[in-house]
Amino acid sequence: MTYLAKPKLHHPALPTNKLGFTRRDYEGAISTLCAGCGHDSISAAIIQAVFELDLPPHKIAKLSGIGCSSKTPTYFLGNSHGFNSVHGRMPSVLTGANLANRDLIYLGVSGDGDSASIGLGQFAHVMRRGVNMTYIVENNGVYGLTKGQFSATSDKGSASKKGLQNTDSPVDMVSMALQLGATFVGRSFSGDKTQLVPLIKAAIQHKGAAFLDVISPCVAFNNHAGSTKSFDYVREHNKELNRLDFITGRAEITVDYAPGTVEPVTQHDGSVIFLRKLDAGYDVHDRIAAMNVLQERQSAGEIVTGLIYLDPEPEDLHAHLATVDAPFNTLTEKELVPGAAALAKINAASR
Amino acid sequence: MAKPIESVNEFVIKFANVNGSGSASANQMFAKAILRMGVPVTPRNIFPSNIQGLPTWYEMRVSEAGYMGARGGVDIMVAMNPQTWDQDVASIEPGGYLFYDSTKPMPRSKFRNDITVVGVPLTEICNREYTDARQRQLFKNIVYVGALSALLDMEAAVVEGLISEQFRGKEKLIEPNVKALHMGRDWAQKNLQCPLGIRLRRADKVGDRIFVDGNGAAGLGAVYGGATVCAWYPITPSTSLAEAFTRHCRKLRVDPATGKNRFAIVQAEDELASIGMVIGASWNGARAFTTTSGPGISLMQEFLGLAYFAEVPAVVFDVQRGGPSTGMPTRTQQSDIMSCAYASHGDTKHVLLLPEDPHECFTMGAQAFDLAERLQTPVFVMLDLDIGMNERLAAPFAWDDSRKLDRGKVMTEAELEAGKEFGRYLDVDGDGIPYRTYPGTHPTRGAFFTRGSSKDRYAKYTEEGRHYVDNVQRLLKKFETAKQLVPGPIARQARQPTRLGAIFYGSTSPAMAEALDRLAEQGVHLDTLRVRAFPFSREVEEFVAAHDRVFVVEQNRDAQLRALLTIECGIDPARLVPILQFDGSPITARFITEAIADKAAAAKVMPFRKVVS
Repeated sequence: MTYLAKPKLHHPALPTNKLGFTRRDYEGAISTLCAGCGHDSISAAIIQAVFELDLPPHKIAKLSGIGCSSKTPTYFLGNSHGFNSVHGRMPSVLTGANLANRDLIYLGVSGDGDSASIGLGQFAHVMRRGVNMTYIVENNGVYGLTKGQFSATSDKGSASKKGLQNTDSPVDMVSMALQLGATFVGRSFSGDKTQLVPLIKAAIQHKGAAFLDVISPCVAFNNHAGSTKSFDYVREHNKELNRLDFITGRAEITVDYAPGTVEPVTQHDGSVIFLRKLDAGYDVHDRIAAMNVLQERQSAGEIVTGLIYLDPEPEDLHAHLATVDAPFNTLTEKELVPGAAALAKINAASR
Repeated sequence: MAKPIESVNEFVIKFANVNGSGSASANQMFAKAILRMGVPVTPRNIFPSNIQGLPTWYEMRVSEAGYMGARGGVDIMVAMNPQTWDQDVASIEPGGYLFYDSTKPMPRSKFRNDITVVGVPLTEICNREYTDARQRQLFKNIVYVGALSALLDMEAAVVEGLISEQFRGKEKLIEPNVKALHMGRDWAQKNLQCPLGIRLRRADKVGDRIFVDGNGAAGLGAVYGGATVCAWYPITPSTSLAEAFTRHCRKLRVDPATGKNRFAIVQAEDELASIGMVIGASWNGARAFTTTSGPGISLMQEFLGLAYFAEVPAVVFDVQRGGPSTGMPTRTQQSDIMSCAYASHGDTKHVLLLPEDPHECFTMGAQAFDLAERLQTPVFVMLDLDIGMNERLAAPFAWDDSRKLDRGKVMTEAELEAGKEFGRYLDVDGDGIPYRTYPGTHPTRGAFFTRGSSKDRYAKYTEEGRHYVDNVQRLLKKFETAKQLVPGPIARQARQPTRLGAIFYGSTSPAMAEALDRLAEQGVHLDTLRVRAFPFSREVEEFVAAHDRVFVVEQNRDAQLRALLTIECGIDPARLVPILQFDGSPITARFITEAIADKAAAAKVMPFRKVVS
């Protein structure tokens, strides 16, 4: 943790994206999290993903709740509006924001305490509604800011740093998201940037409720032997389903793959995800099969990662509500206020 | 036997029914028929927290003089519910009338000898005519309306006209209903002495007023206020506000070219999510509101503090009911004043608007959005069940087509591009209100981080005391600014100079107007001030200062507005005399008159005691 201000100058030869921005233009304030925190790796992955997608930073809104994870939006996308709301209630604030302006990209950042404990209800309902967003849970299985209590995603039988055993069953947010109707569900690991960055890119491009559970070890309170959310444990028990190698816009597809190992998945907006299968029999479009695989692997002690489920034709909340194309925050009196004549009719009908 | 009450166009008639028996629409038709005869009527639905089977009452204050408050007492009881017979009969004024279904003989002990009993064999008439059980039940309601129309000398054509209106589109129902009406009317005319001592006579005292409920009016106000996002959770007695918004939006807010909606209504999972969505939408530049009642306000506390401290607009309609806890969900109170004025932990203060009737529910409902965006803070519109869920005669809704939505201080892309300084919490105009930007305004300028934690003028996180103090002092300055923007109080001078005053607000208004007349008849003269908003403007302090004693009339136990007056204006509590009715029924003129007359009489002794001390 450092109090030094981040230098604004950067190397003139830094690569730029199509908008002319460097990766540095997507950074935020310097992190105040512990050195080595998995969350900082996720912030870096978000920066990389948005940079690679050539997105104008101000067209992204980043929202969070309360906790270590919810602090991170300060540390990326400094030119985006951010909203650090109240504990466990980011989903509702994001839902409202999304309704007000459907043209922005919404990034919800939360933690396991924020989403699986205090915010479990809002997490569930935002998925049910199909809000167009990327919802990332930075999952470390522990309360960091309050120094090491178990969270609702802590595995039964796992040990705290102080040696206590967790006796409660864990909440599996991936299974829940699947059950609740999320149209994009993935899990990754903060220590695996090559897997995580493409997943974030694909989630951002998805026009529906995209959920990413990112296991993110807490170096201060949950990286010891006996923890099931430590770097070592996650690496040893990781069961990767697939790798997302490329995501393109409507650009030409030029990469060759050995047939049978790669599945091109076209999303609704025309972008293509190239899914390199590591588990040949896994069908990423089969929600029920996904649930079964999750249960099977979990009971075998494995942590399933990769793109777990994808609905290529998602519908979002705006579609459900049949709202106009123009963002609500651009509508004026002309479109919104019915005027005196309409009121006179209402008066006449009320006598 | 007491002398039967004789009265034309001034009386209270109360219908005692069973919830779910279909009586509501018949009773409403009866009320409307009186209105159509040019006589003001104010109905009040008194109903249980129940879907079917429990007792429900519909009380109508008929008053050519124009009194619209609950009066207290009943002149004609239409006793259709055996469950509540005893209490219904007991509530009739001496000399009053009891109308009942005389099909089954009742023991003499079930009646009173100081009232006039009018029996009509409603069940017998219906059973003779109809075979279907549901028809027998539904038409019984129309038959009693018919009988009453004869007993009260109402014009049959008026009721027939209303039946035609009600069943427009279902024309085949008109004829049987008109027939049922005449069965009752004819039976009464043939068998009873019509009219009674109490009766109606055509008048012209309704004028161009409209007959609407406050929740419906507030929902319409939200449409005119430019609200696009409504996030709500069902709770009595506020549900019909969200439903009215939905209904009006479907008619008034659909883009004719595409058929798409210029509104989004989300039934949230709870009140926390409702207010969260409102805050998210408002933060992002849309006008948004929620509608709730006391328990919802309790649940929203944390978010309300966020909106206050992060300065995000939000409009909350609170249709108050009896508290605390579940309290009396279907009864009225003004008991959320404190919990809204100071909602959330830490030092907070919020703007409250206090509408007196549906007309103000509409105007304040629309104005709340301008105020919330101008002040960048939550604004509460404090209805209650009495004005929210009952239809009331009110001045017609009005709108000036040249009016613009006041979007408040929002810095534009052009201003940012031109290099105008942006500090999210920087007081550039000296009114405590900073500029905000909508997300996505400018590629490199104007972005900031919104948070509930302390920050400096440029929205940067800080826990330094001087920055914290600077910020919360500015919030106080903003609250000062609010005093000039909220609707001012309305003063009424007594007919003769007096040192006594009264302050009241919201749904107390009509009962207060009547009480003032009664008190004046007794020689008690009061200047009054109807407070329409919090924070209180200077006129409120001046009014209190100009009177020796000020009665503060409220519908809660703890004299909540009086407490606000003492806290915010530093008024000596001894000068503010609480007049409180809080049993869940709407405050009555009788109660106010007696309570103030008593205390005014006691006060007359005071100067003597003062001399002694």
